[in-house]
Amino acid sequence: MAVLRLTRSSSGPRLTEFICVLLLVLVSVASASRDVDDPHHQTNSTGHKKAFPVLSFHYEEVKKPLEISLWILLALLMKLGFHIIPRVSNVVPESCLLIFVGLLVGGIIKAIGGEAPGLDAKLFFYYLLPPIILDAGYFLPIRPFTENLGTILVFAVVGTLWNAFFIGGMMYGVVDLLSCLLFGSIISAVDPVAVLAVFEEIHINELLHILVFGESLLNDAVTVVLYHLFKEFAHAGTVTVADAFLGVVCFFVVSLGGIMVGAIYGILGAFTSRFTAHTRVIEPLFVFLYSYMAYLSAEVFHLSGIMSLIACGVVMRPYVEANISHKSYTTIKYFLKMWSSVSETLIFIFLGVSTVAGPHAWNWTFVIVTVILCLVSRVLGVIGLTYIINKFRIVKLTKKDQFIVAYGGLRGAIAFSLGFLLTDSDMKNLFLTAIITVIFFTVFVQGMTIRPLVELLAVKKKKESKGSINEEIHTQFLDHLLTGIEDICGHYGHHHWKDKLNRFNKAYVKRWLIRGERSTEPQLISFYNKMEMKQAMMLVESGSAAKLPTIVSSVSMQNIQTKGPARRRAIPSISKSREEEIRKILRANLQKTRQRLRSYSRHDLLIDPFEDVSEVRFRKQRVEMERRMSHYLTVPAKSQETPPVRKVCFESEHQIYTYDDSESPRGSAQASRPHPSSPDAVSLLDESPQRPSQRGALRTRGDAEVRAKAPDDKEEQDQLKLSRCLSDPGPKKDEEEDGSFLS
Amino acid sequence: MSDFSVEQIKNLHKRFEQLSGNEETISRENLENIPALANNPIRRQIIGAFFDKRNQHQNEVGSFEEIGFEQFLMVMSHFRPPTLKTTEEERETMRKEKLRFLFNMHDTDNDGTITLEEYRKAVEELLSKSGAIGQEAAKAIADAAMLEVASTNVPHMAPDDFYEGITFEHFEQILKGLEMESRMHIRFLDVDTTTMHCGRSTS
Repeated sequence: MAVLRLTRSSSGPRLTEFICVLLLVLVSVASASRDVDDPHHQTNSTGHKKAFPVLSFHYEEVKKPLEISLWILLALLMKLGFHIIPRVSNVVPESCLLIFVGLLVGGIIKAIGGEAPGLDAKLFFYYLLPPIILDAGYFLPIRPFTENLGTILVFAVVGTLWNAFFIGGMMYGVVDLLSCLLFGSIISAVDPVAVLAVFEEIHINELLHILVFGESLLNDAVTVVLYHLFKEFAHAGTVTVADAFLGVVCFFVVSLGGIMVGAIYGILGAFTSRFTAHTRVIEPLFVFLYSYMAYLSAEVFHLSGIMSLIACGVVMRPYVEANISHKSYTTIKYFLKMWSSVSETLIFIFLGVSTVAGPHAWNWTFVIVTVILCLVSRVLGVIGLTYIINKFRIVKLTKKDQFIVAYGGLRGAIAFSLGFLLTDSDMKNLFLTAIITVIFFTVFVQGMTIRPLVELLAVKKKKESKGSINEEIHTQFLDHLLTGIEDICGHYGHHHWKDKLNRFNKAYVKRWLIRGERSTEPQLISFYNKMEMKQAMMLVESGSAAKLPTIVSSVSMQNIQTKGPARRRAIPSISKSREEEIRKILRANLQKTRQRLRSYSRHDLLIDPFEDVSEVRFRKQRVEMERRMSHYLTVPAKSQETPPVRKVCFESEHQIYTYDDSESPRGSAQASRPHPSSPDAVSLLDESPQRPSQRGALRTRGDAEVRAKAPDDKEEQDQLKLSRCLSDPGPKKDEEEDGSFLS
Repeated sequence: MSDFSVEQIKNLHKRFEQLSGNEETISRENLENIPALANNPIRRQIIGAFFDKRNQHQNEVGSFEEIGFEQFLMVMSHFRPPTLKTTEEERETMRKEKLRFLFNMHDTDNDGTITLEEYRKAVEELLSKSGAIGQEAAKAIADAAMLEVASTNVPHMAPDDFYEGITFEHFEQILKGLEMESRMHIRFLDVDTTTMHCGRSTS
């Protein structure tokens, strides 16, 4: 045994531990689901007076929360487990594994004799689904979504209708038409949960991702209408033209109503966030609650809850993000990701358990025909619609794109839950079985094979873009350019209306919904500030650790600054050797200082071996950082003495500044005034008594910005600088402005 | 230019005549008088691009005083989208063409590089409608952007080196992710809509 253990790979012991834990949890879950009656065991059960029970077992009181917690714990342990076994998770998507686990657990529970819990529709629609949709909606990439909105809508509405009627119509003969159509409407909708689960792992390019995903979100309105329509009429038995017309009207009401409800709650949420400066801690809660209210309110009226939730998230986000603190933003992001992750895991596990639990009516023909029809109708639908859509699109969809869109039409838990909600009849079991089979087929077969297919077809993958200020500048530039060209061409196209909307937004909406001066901040500056802040955070976090893994580059401001070299070129030509001599002399004098100053680039935090002055500088820099970061604390903003000034963040700390008392503060009216002085300048100031010789020599290089002592021109600088404290100006904005406030 | 359809050329010609007041050529004033352009922060550069000889692909430099319809069409041709039949090489050429157009808009002194000053000017223009905040931030943003270009393209520069400016290759490199050929295009109409806006048509 010992020998065996030695020869096992290192993952062995971890695996066994894991399996032991798993079994433990499984057993506890299984036994928990059982009805445990008579929990009270009396130790002394003699006669009249019962002895005081020292230890008793009161399972019933804790049953519900305990079970819920155990299930969630199981789900998370599963998720953990899959990542310990990398080989499997590379081939099989997580959703498949989770369903499989669900099957296992369901099987175990059934074997023990307990009653496996099914996927309760109420639980699903009110607790498990909203976090996933909110997560998707809040972080929806707006630009590709709006650019492709027409295509997405056509796929979502027309495509789903086509699917429903085709499948329902073809099934006619098995059961009456209306039931078939009802079945068709349930099975035809592409499921956002399944799409998310599978597509997230294959990192496909943005266009295809947003097409399939957008379709899965927007088809909810169609599904809701068709489902309720046919459910009503399945009882009535016949459909008249008036009913069909009402159905169409209902569709518009459901979708537009849902969006409107969502937008209203979104605006409410944005407006509320304007006032949360003093209670930062509850900011995330507002976002979650308003969104959830939007969903529930829509559900009250049988409007499309999903569309409402998406609309709420999309409307709320730009304004809320401008108002809340950075920590709240992080909280929102992580809570949403966490909840949606747990929900997704639970959904798939429950899907597996329900499969084992549920009553089944297996009918070979019905099931097989359903699966085939689903595939066929999807393919036909996509091809047909793309043919029409391509006439209107500028960037056409290629055959590869069409294939991925068709293949990515996965069905999932929504279809199952809708089937579950049907009233009991023998149809119901038949339908449920077929639905489960289709779900299994799409998730397992399509889910597993899509990744190798994507590789095989060489479909474009998502480009890894780190925020690039150049790309942002040019994206904005392009927007204006294309709007301008459209204006010159004289027709009001896509860009024109987008521009109009932006201007409306800037002029009216932002002023109401965004607090303070952020309301007038142009997008480019927001982006820039965000980027700077990210880098500042990384800087603080890495602290005295090794070099940042970001851009490892020795390029710094002096390499691109024009003035220095230009001046150099203006000097009348000296012979090369002379130049070299001069340079050597200068270098010798400047060696230490220059070395220190140059070795500090924003990405390089190695402590200079030359002196401990660098330590001092470094420590100073950290203190500075800490002070800047202070407003991240959830400290309520103190009332300001001076109106909040906004500083622009600078990264050009590598500017070498000279320190010269004689020169007056240069052009205070100049826009260049708020130039930062690097932390180096700070140390320079401190050391100036020690190195008088350096000062003069330094004048030869760099921008001869003058930096008088801080307190002196504080007022001047206050007026000129814009301080961007992300949300609350923070209690410490009045101190040293060595400009390089990264906030 | 031959990639425009007959309908599209006809529509553009109608528009040209509208802008020029039925003259043979248009001058800068004609374009500046378009009311919709007034809100555009970079209108000067856009108008300038029409009169830039470099965009005519005839290896000339300088600028025109007035342009005729062919030159107008030539500039417009930079905004054609790729079609399903466009091959990979054609896409590459298209992308280069569009990037070159953008580059010319920035490189005002035509020295083949975008210097820091020119870039600063460009960002300033972009933020020109945003008031004082824009002006002060523009410099910092341009500096950071330039730094980024330099860092990506020439990662290891000695302290003495000077990064002259963004060359066309570096420009291409830095904007590789944007896929210009799929983004820089507008819809050229096959159907004439100018008559629908006759109330708003320019002189």
